[in-house]
Amino acid sequence: MSSISPEEVAKIAKLARLKLSQDEIALYQRQMSRILDSMAKLRQLDTQAVPPTASVPWIEPSPREDEPAAFSNASALVALAPEREGPYFKVRKVIE
Amino acid sequence: MSKTLPPKPRRLKGGDGALSAAAIASGVRSGEASAEEIVRGRLDAIRKDDPTIKAFLAVFEDGALEAARAVDRKRREGGKLGRLAGVPVALKDNLLVTGTISTCGSRILENYRSPYDATVVGLLKSEDAVIIGKTNLDEFAMGSSTENSSFFPTQNPWAPGHVPGGSSGGSAAAVAAGFAPVSLGSDTGGSIRQPAALCGIVGLKPTYGLVSRYGLVAFASSLDQIGPFSRTVEDSALLLDVIAAKDPRDSTSKAAPRNGGYAEGIETGVKGLRIGLPRQYFEAQGSDPEVVSSVRESIRALEAAGAVVAEASLPHTDYAVSTYYLIAPAEASSNLARFDGVRYGLSEKNAPDLGALYEESRGVGFGAEVKRRIMLGTYALSAGYHDAYYEKANRVRTLIRRDFEEAFKSFDLLAAPTSPVPAFKMGERMKDPLSMYLADILTIPANLAGIPGISVPSGLTSKGLPVGLQLLAPAFAEKTLLRAAFALESMRPFPRLGSRD
Repeated sequence: MSSISPEEVAKIAKLARLKLSQDEIALYQRQMSRILDSMAKLRQLDTQAVPPTASVPWIEPSPREDEPAAFSNASALVALAPEREGPYFKVRKVIE
Repeated sequence: MSKTLPPKPRRLKGGDGALSAAAIASGVRSGEASAEEIVRGRLDAIRKDDPTIKAFLAVFEDGALEAARAVDRKRREGGKLGRLAGVPVALKDNLLVTGTISTCGSRILENYRSPYDATVVGLLKSEDAVIIGKTNLDEFAMGSSTENSSFFPTQNPWAPGHVPGGSSGGSAAAVAAGFAPVSLGSDTGGSIRQPAALCGIVGLKPTYGLVSRYGLVAFASSLDQIGPFSRTVEDSALLLDVIAAKDPRDSTSKAAPRNGGYAEGIETGVKGLRIGLPRQYFEAQGSDPEVVSSVRESIRALEAAGAVVAEASLPHTDYAVSTYYLIAPAEASSNLARFDGVRYGLSEKNAPDLGALYEESRGVGFGAEVKRRIMLGTYALSAGYHDAYYEKANRVRTLIRRDFEEAFKSFDLLAAPTSPVPAFKMGERMKDPLSMYLADILTIPANLAGIPGISVPSGLTSKGLPVGLQLLAPAFAEKTLLRAAFALESMRPFPRLGSRD
């Protein structure tokens, strides 16, 4: 009942920014359907009155001032860019 | 100038792969051992045996020898040596070390040169540890066998043709094979404890928040924790002492209440300790009877030493795998969005436009399991499915957490098998992702609850494969875990590999 269609798989791949081959789409359609089916058991549990856990309770947010600090190895960061110009990352045109 | 000659130091053999980190550090500090000799011994062992085992993705021969010589020099010059003086440490390849490649087991990071040290790496270096190399893993730590590495699988040192477990399989195999006395891994759903069990060594997942994740490549941020592998319980305590620290660079890190070091009081024993046996963990789907009987035998030994043992129940255990395989992929799909082919990593430069650059770089760079999880996570978070899957899983996570809170009202510790099965054969579970996911059935709940767990050797199966016993404790009760693990180690000496030479 959780089975998903090849079209849905292709749509998810688009959302996830993943280029998949037709074979991959077919494979993931089968595997995801099976995995999602196995997860249907969660529906047996009535969780309406149960609050969700996003993280463990002993971690409290510890706000601090947003103060910029120098990163000592900045040139090594830029050096990782596949395409760069001087100290800049080169990015494809974003807005037509 | 001193008039009397110092006593001739008794040399610790550098080639001895059985030396513990504690013994090495104390030997190097006192001058009984030279860090260079120790490190040279481990590098020789790696050169000889790692072509078969394949635990390492990179070995820092020159860097390690140089670091070791610096430790020896510091001692000769009267400097104060750290708690890990001269100790060779292997690191899972998702931990950053400045100036070296960190692949995360992925093609997408094949050439990624780390611009900074992970916090744990800085802490190891400041205690004079010697980083000897980076170990193999399932790509982005997603897997339970290390077969999802984009480079090669790692062999279980106990049984060729069998997996070492995963995802930190390289770090576990390196310690089991005697390439290093200790290593670090990361545990999101069992990735330290399960390979420790399958490789017959000690593996500790600390409480969520105890160890900073700065410089650990993120997989599932509400679950990831860094922890040690070792051959002795004391060594895991020693490593934890060094790496547990609050770090302003990880907003989830927390200063833990600590009475002295983690090794302090480790020999106190288990008299009066209340140990619960979660019924569901002994009846898990596909459990190997030999695993269960070995673990029960170890528990009888703890009972004979004075522990009070009774059955416990964690009623929502059966829902943990489904819950985890929604939450972890959801978080991963978000964390891995950073791999865009623009700032670092593999880039399909011939793509015609920005959208194609993203899709092609990620399509080529990520392996099958990583893509599968990004797809699952994207699905679970997408409009129309978010409430039914992701939100639902987070609510069930609360129920799993409450199971532990309830159990720890009656027990100081819980004990169970770490993995329902010993090391399985390579390839056996690769065709069916769901069967691989079930390998983590007994380790996942602790990550969902954030509590600490340790796997210690319990014995061997009739085929000679290691079995691990898992102990779980309330948040920040690592000392209780280590105490019980140490008691077990003293009563049932752990079988070891790699102590020949």
